Amino acid sequence: MSARTAGGPQATAPAAGAETPFRRFAADFAASAVAVTALVTFVAILLIALFGPLLTPQNPYDLAQLSLWDSGLPPGSVGTDGQVYLLGTDDQGRDMVSAIVYGLRISLGVAISSGVIALVVGTTAGIVAGYFGGRIDSVIMRIVDMQLAFPAVLVALILLAVLGRGVDKIIFALVAVQWAYYARTVRSSAVVERRKEYIAAARCLSLGAARIVFRHLLPNCLAPLIVLATIEVASAVALEATLSFLGVGLPVTEPSLGLLISNGYQYMLSGRYWLSFYPGVALLITIVSINLVGDQLRDVLNPRLER
Amino acid sequence: MGVFLIRRVLQSVLVLFLMSLVVFVGVYAIGNPIAVLIDPRAPQEAIDQAIHNLGLDRPLYEQYFFFLGNALAGHLGNSFVFNEPALHVIMQRFPATLELTLSAMVIASVFGLPLGLIAGYWSERPVSRVIMTGSILGFSLPSFWVGLMLIIVFSIELGYLPATGRGATVSVLGVATSLLTLDGLRHILLPAINLALFPMALIIRLTRAGVREHLQLDYVKFARAKGLTNRRILFTHVLKNIMIPVVTVMGLLFGLIIAFAVVTESVFAWPGMGKLIIDSITLLDRPVIVAYLLLTVGLFILINLVVDILYSVLDPRVRLSEDSR
Repeated sequence: MSARTAGGPQATAPAAGAETPFRRFAADFAASAVAVTALVTFVAILLIALFGPLLTPQNPYDLAQLSLWDSGLPPGSVGTDGQVYLLGTDDQGRDMVSAIVYGLRISLGVAISSGVIALVVGTTAGIVAGYFGGRIDSVIMRIVDMQLAFPAVLVALILLAVLGRGVDKIIFALVAVQWAYYARTVRSSAVVERRKEYIAAARCLSLGAARIVFRHLLPNCLAPLIVLATIEVASAVALEATLSFLGVGLPVTEPSLGLLISNGYQYMLSGRYWLSFYPGVALLITIVSINLVGDQLRDVLNPRLER
Repeated sequence: MGVFLIRRVLQSVLVLFLMSLVVFVGVYAIGNPIAVLIDPRAPQEAIDQAIHNLGLDRPLYEQYFFFLGNALAGHLGNSFVFNEPALHVIMQRFPATLELTLSAMVIASVFGLPLGLIAGYWSERPVSRVIMTGSILGFSLPSFWVGLMLIIVFSIELGYLPATGRGATVSVLGVATSLLTLDGLRHILLPAINLALFPMALIIRLTRAGVREHLQLDYVKFARAKGLTNRRILFTHVLKNIMIPVVTVMGLLFGLIIAFAVVTESVFAWPGMGKLIIDSITLLDRPVIVAYLLLTVGLFILINLVVDILYSVLDPRVRLSEDSR
């Protein structure tokens, strides 16, 4: 979300018109060439993931399109039908470019949907805790503290060991791991904001608590949330890949990048390194580009993130 | 102090109790232990008898207390795969994990502290940017991918180091270790480096932030005015002060590394606890899963407790009240 809004006309200098907050933000963001490159890369990755089936040479999971004659070819090989396999094929003759694009769809789909759910759950919990304070606050924050005492990998592993594999289960595990970060971040800005005059003014107008919290308080707590959401999507991609690699994440019917790497791993010692290596590169580019965008957002929006 | 300690211990017990509830409900109540524990081809009377003996015909809460009582007595059932007590199976693997995590910890501190000092002291120079970029990569790259790259480069392409396994071990005081044989050291090097990257990145950041903060403080200005050398200021005065947060975080990191060892052990086929839990999940070896989960959670609670107490001992300014933030 934040990535898309920042992709607007950044080149326009403040002289091009009245300086709006968004223009200033875009100009600040564009000050770093690295960040802009990362943003362009990430948007490209998103588009590839969205329109993947239209772009790839084959549907890698339609067995009718695979040719066993072409199995195990190294990158750049020419297949029996004259098509070029840029990144080689796996042991079933599956084009790795197509497999990676389809894997990217699954990886990003899982990460973004769990990110959105965690954002909603965590923000609600955090802002309620911060606004109302007192007993509600201490109960919610004690749960958050308790959970953050354990590393994310471990919590996700425990949950998946208990629940089993599946798309819904891994999304649940990722949400369970990530909501606490949102809750803590929102709560810390809500505690500061609720003491300000505009909240007192809203109270004097005897507005409802829900209206004050979501229409007045929440918009003023957004900056750190945007940064956190960006970074958390990257860490969700990494965590899902790790769990799928370990064999406790997604089922084999949903081959994400992590599963592709895991499947290729068994062929690595026999020299077919490309089955693991290129999905890994795709994963890496995704994670690093999101993180770089997040870093720049942090510098521009400058929220004091406690992590 | 006394009140704080009692409150923290009670809290820890509560967390452990909640965890046991979650694990019990997840593993025993949602899954079907009958299908796993009893041969389905046995005659019906034998199955009923076994269900009765295992207590599976009783209400859930009674089963839970049964399970809890057994767990407190150290009985977490026999592993289905190894046919030995689950705790025993895990404890056999523990030395391998411990030596891997300790090696990673040593590598992370030996390289992380000096790099952090350099990056903090010359924070405006290019060398600092290089170190900080490296530490960001250490944070954001998935550790299993880095492990694969290490194997591709050092084992497959260059052929310097073995890719998997633990290598030869020697027994010291009854504990097998691979740190004392050349073959063992060759085997542990790659997984230890892989596991060290994340904590190293964290130590670098912490040390750098600490150095930058302390260089602004009055006592450093005073030391400068006194004419002390930069080296003495940095290594004697600043280092001592920044060690407090670094040491505490290292304690917490130890738990983190044990959790991350699951990933590294799977990549390098290192025969430790982490690989065991992944294998057990694949093979549905429930007693081992339960024992591992309870053990790790217990370990974490213990580490957090020790770190909290140590922190208050190291830094008397930290108030031991329940109001943490």
